[in-house]
Amino acid sequence: MDNNYVLQKIRQYFDGFVLGYEELSGILTITVKPVVINDLISYLKKEPEPGFGFLTDICGIHYPDQENELGVVYLLHNMKNNMRIRIKTFVTKEYPIVPTITWIYAAANWMERETYDFYGIEFEGHPNLKRILNVEYLDYFPMRKDYAMEDPTREDKDNRYFGR
Amino acid sequence: MEENKIINPWGDDKNYTTLNLGPTHPATHGIFQNVLTMDGEKIIEAQPTIGYIHRAFEKIAERRPYYQITPLTDRLNYCSAPINNLGWFMTVEKLLGVKTPKKVDYMRIIVMELARITDHLICNSVIGVDSGALTGFTYIFQEREAVYEIYEEISGARLTTNMGRIGGFERDFSATAIKKLKEFLIRFPKKLKEFENLLLRNRIFMDRTINVGGITAEKALNSGFTGPNLRAAGVDYDVRVTDPYCSYQDFDFEVPIGTNGDVYDRFCVRNEEMRQSIKLIQYALDNLPVGNYHADLPDFYLPPKEKVYNNMEALIYHFKIVMGEIDMPKGEVYYAVEGANGELGFYLISDGGRTPFRLHFRRPCFIYYQAYADMIKGGLLSDAILTMSSMNVIAGELDA
Repeated sequence: MDNNYVLQKIRQYFDGFVLGYEELSGILTITVKPVVINDLISYLKKEPEPGFGFLTDICGIHYPDQENELGVVYLLHNMKNNMRIRIKTFVTKEYPIVPTITWIYAAANWMERETYDFYGIEFEGHPNLKRILNVEYLDYFPMRKDYAMEDPTREDKDNRYFGR
Repeated sequence: MEENKIINPWGDDKNYTTLNLGPTHPATHGIFQNVLTMDGEKIIEAQPTIGYIHRAFEKIAERRPYYQITPLTDRLNYCSAPINNLGWFMTVEKLLGVKTPKKVDYMRIIVMELARITDHLICNSVIGVDSGALTGFTYIFQEREAVYEIYEEISGARLTTNMGRIGGFERDFSATAIKKLKEFLIRFPKKLKEFENLLLRNRIFMDRTINVGGITAEKALNSGFTGPNLRAAGVDYDVRVTDPYCSYQDFDFEVPIGTNGDVYDRFCVRNEEMRQSIKLIQYALDNLPVGNYHADLPDFYLPPKEKVYNNMEALIYHFKIVMGEIDMPKGEVYYAVEGANGELGFYLISDGGRTPFRLHFRRPCFIYYQAYADMIKGGLLSDAILTMSSMNVIAGELDA
């Protein structure tokens, strides 16, 4: 079993939903439509052949120049064959909704909450989707690129002097 | 009182107590809050709240050149800071496509295994403290001090070490460092044995820890457990073996596993891991290859200080590297190391600029701590404290 085989399997079952694929430093990376996330990840977990039975990580990402700005990145691991696969899905800022995978992996619970906390991506069907690391009354999503790290109203800091 | 009544899942009309454990409580070793619903001394439900020391590292990292991110990684799991530092450097090296000399790998293994020992020492001795045996803690903590002295010889710092460089180390191990390391290797196994003897077959300790805070292998995998906690549940997953980084494939060591995944098993797994770490360090030290202590990487490896003060080009390079003036290649990298409490991953996306476009830390604590509420349900309050300390949850890593 190698990346090509997994890719073939995924294209066989989820052909219309795969938007792109590439191999990034040894890890097969597949971009799919958000609607298929549930089916794809439970397929990857349950079938013995791909057998990606461990959820390593979920994180968000923001590309301000793209049409679908916000992304969720899933990293799954097949411990038996030591293979990893990365699944990306992108949504717009206006409608940032991705189905939850908490019913497939219990570990996804806090990871999805963290992603919501920092990027404002809402996970449909999540049992307890609220902020986790930040305070609950925060009214912005701090990891989005349009949120400046420093107070934008300050005038005493000139970007030229800080190499930015 | 009527308003204190909590509707419980069984629909009975018992009056449960709400107990606020934390955020700062001497028995939780860090800032963790758990709102517990108690029936007498039995925990009915727990609601953990985290984020009290969140410092927005991922956001800060997006504005910092690569070298300046290292001090941030120090403050993730501060009990084993060198693993984080070196893991970060190896991530950057993977992005750059650099191969480090064998000597660097072996030196890194020595440092990382020392860090694993200190981390496990803290965890295991604190299990003793929380079960009422302070003695072991006071004895074994001297050994942690000895390791910190070795760090000091290598990097100049003790707790948040900021150790190493992209491509290697800032200097070779000094004669004093080697001497201290050899002394430690002779003395520590005896001390460890002594420490273990205090607790391992101690009736009170066994009664307090066996079948307490257990988790099955299946549940542990589903909840994203890694590291000693997963191995205690019986899954032999170790990044050092499955995905050998840093020349771990040259070494012969065993991965201890438990069966029940309870507090006692975690304690035993960590103890055995310390012994394996000693073996690894001994082997690395005996077979330390000759060669350079850093890769030939003038664009990213800081030039030696004497040259910086006396040589124009070196000064320019020093400045460029420190200010992050050299652009990185574009790419996307996930790099995992076996941290002291699980798989520590760095997910780095570079758009070619001086800072990462996105850097995400896969923090093992953050992921496995979410199973804590389930693990303590139905147990006693004193067992909940013990379960937390045996899971080795480090606040800095949890909240990043």
